[in-house]
Amino acid sequence: MDKICTYFGRFKELLEEFYVSPYRGAVARARRDEDDLFMLFVFGELMGVPNPATYYTLELQPLLLERFHDWHRRQGFEHSPLDGFRCC
Amino acid sequence: MQAIFLAIIGLSLIFIGYRFYSKFIAEKIYQLDPNFETPAHSMRDDVDYVPTNRVVLWGHHFTAVAGAAPIIGPAIAVIWGWLPAFLWVTIGTMFFAGVHDFGAVWASVRNRAKSVGSLTGDVVSPRARNLFMVVVFFLLMMVNAVFGVAISTEFQATPSSVIPAWTAVVVAIGIGILIYRMHIPILWPTVAGTIILYAVIYLGELVPISLADGTLGLPAGAQWIIILFVYAGIASLLPVWLLLQPRDYINGIQLFVGLGLLYGAVMIANPPVVAPAINPNVPASAPPIIPLLFVTIACGAISGFHGLVGSGTTSKQLNKETDARFVGYLGSVGEGALALVAIIAATAGFASLGEWEEMYSEFGNGGVGAFVSGGATIVSRGVGISYEFAATLLTVMAVLFAGTTMDAGVRLQRYIIQEWGSIYNIPVLQNGYVATLAAVTSCLILAFGAGGPSGEGGMLIWPLFGTTNQLLAGLTLLVISVMLVKLGRPARYTLIPMIFITGMALAAALLQLSTLYAAGRWALLGIDVVIVLLAILTGLEATSAFMRERKASTAGANA
Repeated sequence: MDKICTYFGRFKELLEEFYVSPYRGAVARARRDEDDLFMLFVFGELMGVPNPATYYTLELQPLLLERFHDWHRRQGFEHSPLDGFRCC
Repeated sequence: MQAIFLAIIGLSLIFIGYRFYSKFIAEKIYQLDPNFETPAHSMRDDVDYVPTNRVVLWGHHFTAVAGAAPIIGPAIAVIWGWLPAFLWVTIGTMFFAGVHDFGAVWASVRNRAKSVGSLTGDVVSPRARNLFMVVVFFLLMMVNAVFGVAISTEFQATPSSVIPAWTAVVVAIGIGILIYRMHIPILWPTVAGTIILYAVIYLGELVPISLADGTLGLPAGAQWIIILFVYAGIASLLPVWLLLQPRDYINGIQLFVGLGLLYGAVMIANPPVVAPAINPNVPASAPPIIPLLFVTIACGAISGFHGLVGSGTTSKQLNKETDARFVGYLGSVGEGALALVAIIAATAGFASLGEWEEMYSEFGNGGVGAFVSGGATIVSRGVGISYEFAATLLTVMAVLFAGTTMDAGVRLQRYIIQEWGSIYNIPVLQNGYVATLAAVTSCLILAFGAGGPSGEGGMLIWPLFGTTNQLLAGLTLLVISVMLVKLGRPARYTLIPMIFITGMALAAALLQLSTLYAAGRWALLGIDVVIVLLAILTGLEATSAFMRERKASTAGANA
């Protein structure tokens, strides 16, 4: 019985990999695009884009600090576009 | 001749190819090294570059390359009799497709998992790279147009397939949401999705759907083609996880179920092959067998499209270099097996020679229709389900394969148009919606330009699609051959297939110039002229690359 369970578990793992592996990159990029949009919501106000939810998103800024550098590079800013956030 | 012999002899031959010929190529020509660090390890990022179990990798390589094309091509080509198609599929798989697909994976793995397109730029010349991109764009345009026409024809021939085929889209979106958004383990959505998919086939039989001629002043076929392209345009803009990924997955399951069902039924029912080995009464509309056989059957014997897959995702996930043989060569063996069963269905699934000749009264009449009606006869006799159910099941299988290729094809066309927009600095083309619209419009123009207002003659595109596909295969084989020459190894095992297939593609394109001119098919004639030019340019690039390498090696020897 144990053996069957192990085989079944292995089968499920392989099935999972069969589903995930061809699109891992594409899905990661799609997720990153969604995250980038979210970053714009959070940091938009600092760049002059009015955001009525700034009061709430302000709290998130420290949590997203680590991602900030990669994000502004992806958006085409060689250096940080914000005075308050001098990451590079 | 009984069908079971065709199946056993064919499968044995391609398996012998895998067992012996691919071993020879792996050891002596590509010289695979189990200790070579593949890009999946050296560039591992757990996103694109991830070492993957070879069976899983084979599974998705095989399901990515096998689609509707290895069904349609052989099912058209049996018009010349079963023997030529059978020989080209088996010999093609052994000595052409296997070496090509395996070689594309190997060449890419040895070059930091670069795609064949960029390898063409590095190894042959930057000019050849642009040539490659144009060939790929044409290939995608043709495959989308021809599959749109094929699905439309099938929806009209088997109205019971309409509901199941569209339900598959809903099931796929459901699976995508369950897995990606709700993080449900894959097994249960798979089981539920598969059950729904097969259960809806009954519903399709109860509620067949046909479109009325004349809505918006268009015949039903044209309406379906437009609906399909509107769908493909929208689907190609959706996130990958929502539709394309689960749809591909469902197709993978369908492919394995379908192959098992068809081969099982052939073994049990063992129908006689009613078609002649070599057809003495080939209809006047059929073009000469040489060179057209070699472009009518592309996928299933050799297909350039496989090189794109092999050097795209597969090479980034190869765990060990020695796995390339298992994944690449055996992937083409799987596709050869699908083409083989399509030949059997289209030649042994008819009650009499008269019935078969009626189906093949005109070139291009076979295709999915012959596969479905022949295959359904065999499956219903072998497995004991009704003919109607079997026909709907096989139609849905073929339609889903073709439909997914359309989704992915329009998406890839969009990427190419966007890339051209950025290369030539045309901002409007970089917009996703504009690029998609341009892609869909180009396909629609081709489908209606070739097939007339009803899209009926659209299958005339098929040989042109095969020709372009073979040119792409020629370019990939060229890259592999130049690499082998640079390494000082014998290149004849890839060079001879390259010369043969490019020569056949050029001959087929030239021959079709006169047929299309005589028939007054101007849209297709224009495309054929471009193909002839592309074929000549491919030949010139190949010659110049080899002259350069020869000079370099002579200079090296003298120094």
